Amino acid sequence: MESIYLDHSATTYVRPEVLKSMISYFSEYYGNPGSMHRIGLTAKQAIDTARKITAEILNCDPEEIIFTGSGTESINMAIQGIAERGDHIITTNTEHHAVLHTCQFLEKRGVEVTYLPVNQKGLITPEQVEKAIKKNTKLITIAYANNEIGVIQPISQIGNISKKRKIYFHTDACQAGLYLDLNIKNLNVDMMTLNSSKVYGPKGVGMLFVDRSVKIRPILFGGSQEQGLRPGTENVPGIVGFATALKIGQKEKQKENIRLENIRDYLIQELLKISDTKLNGDPKKRLPNNVNVSFDGVEGESIILRLDEKGFCVSTGSACTSRSLEPSHVIQALYGSDKKEIAHGSIRITLGKKTTMNNARNFVEVIKDVVSGLREISPVYK
Amino acid sequence: MNKQKIKNKIKETNNSWFYTDIVKDHFFNPKNFLTDKEAKNYKADGVGIVGSSACGDVMKMWIRVKNNKIIDCKWQTFGCASALASTSVLSTMVIGMKLEDAKKITPQDIIKKLGGLPQIKIHCSVLGDQALRKAIEDYEGKKVK
Repeated sequence: MESIYLDHSATTYVRPEVLKSMISYFSEYYGNPGSMHRIGLTAKQAIDTARKITAEILNCDPEEIIFTGSGTESINMAIQGIAERGDHIITTNTEHHAVLHTCQFLEKRGVEVTYLPVNQKGLITPEQVEKAIKKNTKLITIAYANNEIGVIQPISQIGNISKKRKIYFHTDACQAGLYLDLNIKNLNVDMMTLNSSKVYGPKGVGMLFVDRSVKIRPILFGGSQEQGLRPGTENVPGIVGFATALKIGQKEKQKENIRLENIRDYLIQELLKISDTKLNGDPKKRLPNNVNVSFDGVEGESIILRLDEKGFCVSTGSACTSRSLEPSHVIQALYGSDKKEIAHGSIRITLGKKTTMNNARNFVEVIKDVVSGLREISPVYK
Repeated sequence: MNKQKIKNKIKETNNSWFYTDIVKDHFFNPKNFLTDKEAKNYKADGVGIVGSSACGDVMKMWIRVKNNKIIDCKWQTFGCASALASTSVLSTMVIGMKLEDAKKITPQDIIKKLGGLPQIKIHCSVLGDQALRKAIEDYEGKKVK
């Protein structure tokens, strides 16, 4: 049985055009971009081109693009490279763990952090950010689009405030790469993180845009690659693949967004017909490919394993799959930590290039059976 | 990779599922559960419920007792696959068992019967034996009255 993959926010496959662009940099042009001979130069040219392509998409200078090993690494670089003892950071309570755990680490080192609470739809307001600014606020870091519920924060307006108040603004745009405007001039950001493995590129590559005015310190030490911010021999095929993936993604964006929004809205409409079901996050201010719902009285891991048996791959915010026994902090942020059961019963469905309306129709039929089957043996669903 | 190789890879994955085959069987084909409809007419001698939906696991057990022996055991569970499977397997273990023996069942006994559980999942199955003990206590309490 062929599996229908509806977990594109976890990661995407590498599209064939991307794989093709990478192949020759493994064993043909394998040189170290730092070497002065021609085999090294070929590799250097390849990453220069990739940097140029990426800079065009972001509307920035190529020198402002730092290639890294992942989104997580870029986020760590942006936060730890800026905040020092005595500084204040503003973020939200629904950020990815890459942000939250870095902030928690820095709190132990004398950095002050404000975690802005989102509203029931998962959104924060620019006013909330402005109110939280203190004398020592050095950095604002807020995700462009949430990785669990896909809601889109008002980045451009927050950027206006940060510019006015001369505070650095970083956005984690890992989930936005395929779907939203990446023009940093429109977004008013000083730093932005992107990740290759969410945009049909290879895993193990990320990127941090750093505006040339930002004074950032390295958090890794070694050679002078990537302007000394990311020492270590460059992942040449990965960087080439990442840039190719971004470029194709941007070209297809407009048309693909309309197609996916259509399937997303169909899924939301049909899933909400199942009794005692809730949509998590704002219905419209969300990524075209994200649906996140909670079913009363059933637990997420049971749902995903029964869906997997029927050939559908999705994910859950339940504690059982978190390895920490704590359910999704994002869903808890929406309804309060006294409503943990909503997080336990949450399911994230994230669509991709190969997802069709027909897949969505079949999925709805199957999940109806799965939920009612589990509710039948649930002592808490009445 | 050619198609055959991909197929083999998927087959391999199926064989290394997150849980054992016994867990898988009890999860996909749970034994002795009681639907809400059936629960209305089920004449239990003792009922026990443990857990909370905030924690992610709730288990309820119904037992029927004759001559100090459990002659029937039914259940409902809210929880993950191992929680469902551990209640299911427990129900198969206790039918026909003397009450005094049933009281002695430990989480380790349940885990063993399931062919093992991933370390992180062990807390889930701890609840089944507690629900059973509560059901037995409920029965014994009624008997005293």
